[in-house]
Amino acid sequence: MTWFLDHVSDVLSLTGKHVYLAGVPLVLGLLIAIPIGWLARRYKVLYPPLIMGTGLLYTIPSLALFILMPLFIGTRILDPVNVVVAMTIYTVALLVRTVADGLGAVPEAVTQSATAMGFKRVRRLFMVELPLAVPVISAGMRVAAVSNVSIVSVAAIIGVPQLGSLFTDGFRRDFTDPIVVGILACVLLAITFDLVIIAITRLLTPWQQVRRATR
Amino acid sequence: MNDVLSWLTASAHWTGEDGIPQRLLEHLYYSGVALLIAAVIAIPLGLFVGHTGRGRFVVVNAAGAARAVPSLGLLFVSVLVLGPRLTGDTAFVVPCEIVLVVLAIPPILAGAYAGVEEVDPAVRDAAKGMGMRGPEVLARVEIPCALPLIFSGLRSGALQVVATATIAATVGLGGLGRFLIDGLAVRDYSQMAAGAVLVAVLALVVDLGFALIQRYAVSPGLTGRIGTRLGAERNEALDPSVTSADTRESGRA
Repeated sequence: MTWFLDHVSDVLSLTGKHVYLAGVPLVLGLLIAIPIGWLARRYKVLYPPLIMGTGLLYTIPSLALFILMPLFIGTRILDPVNVVVAMTIYTVALLVRTVADGLGAVPEAVTQSATAMGFKRVRRLFMVELPLAVPVISAGMRVAAVSNVSIVSVAAIIGVPQLGSLFTDGFRRDFTDPIVVGILACVLLAITFDLVIIAITRLLTPWQQVRRATR
Repeated sequence: MNDVLSWLTASAHWTGEDGIPQRLLEHLYYSGVALLIAAVIAIPLGLFVGHTGRGRFVVVNAAGAARAVPSLGLLFVSVLVLGPRLTGDTAFVVPCEIVLVVLAIPPILAGAYAGVEEVDPAVRDAAKGMGMRGPEVLARVEIPCALPLIFSGLRSGALQVVATATIAATVGLGGLGRFLIDGLAVRDYSQMAAGAVLVAVLALVVDLGFALIQRYAVSPGLTGRIGTRLGAERNEALDPSVTSADTRESGRA
């Protein structure tokens, strides 16, 4: 506890880096997963290869992916960009399936009504299908957010500073306090990400609140 | 890229105590032991929860919470806390195995529990109507029907374990992770990258292996490998290469 009080500012600055390394890929991953998920839903032939292909990316252990990144994008091994790109890959791997399934869960009658009202394909996607898929996509985002926060900490091994640095630092000095603080900070951060996503989902899906209230 | 290839193909790296085959065996050994222990604990527990509905709340939340705990931190704490109480090699191996088991339990538990719980109630009723009792329903109907999800839980547990066993090299364990950590220590990028390739390939092979076992261990009536129309639709839904998302989401370190 005293260790934490003495190092509050360090922990906060590491937390800030952690938020960046886990949060930016979450947004980028979603932006990339939406068109891929849409393709998988729109063209049935593409569904199995796209879902399987992205699923396979998710099997690659994080430390291995961090280390291999420079080979693919030509960065230096210590560059935090490696972590951002690797985390984006994981996020895409998780979300493509979610987006495809979320779009698939939009009732046929709704899309047909939208078409009948004169919505063209792109406008229908953004104004009708995606908003209705928000609850499903949000469930996937919550999983991705929580696992991102945990995975990013592994990057401490290759020397990219964030909350995981507390683990390597504590282990090197045979001192559990920083490690325990780091674990708690990671869990708190994961919960915070989760709450933020829940809040955004509520804002984006006002009809669900109405339904709940009138029930 | 060429350096990595020449590292991988150099014959010196394929023999001896710290050669690739030896490291691979170590990796598989740590992972196999952990997965076995985790399965022995988690599968009966999951079946019990799914069958009786008791302790549902705990199981569902444990799986979610486990996802949030960073495995690297857990590993370091357990080595620092347990290590001094043990001697020799066990001082590293035992804490690591404990962490690997702890990480593998939630996905396996969730798979077994969800598999049994999601059995069609009509099927369960039919079994009871045929005169089966609770344990018999579980053994002859629920477990066979739950196999796809049980395997998908094992599969994500296995991935989690294989990935975390890589990290375990940071606390002095063997396994393929050694190449990554030793390469890092001496700034030998080709060794690191070659190790990373090996780890990634191992994870893919393990994943595909489980997909194959899943495909052939599950009753054809469930996977739809018999050619009914209904079967063909279910085949799509239960294709092991596609199904495992629910539980595999937690499979990561």
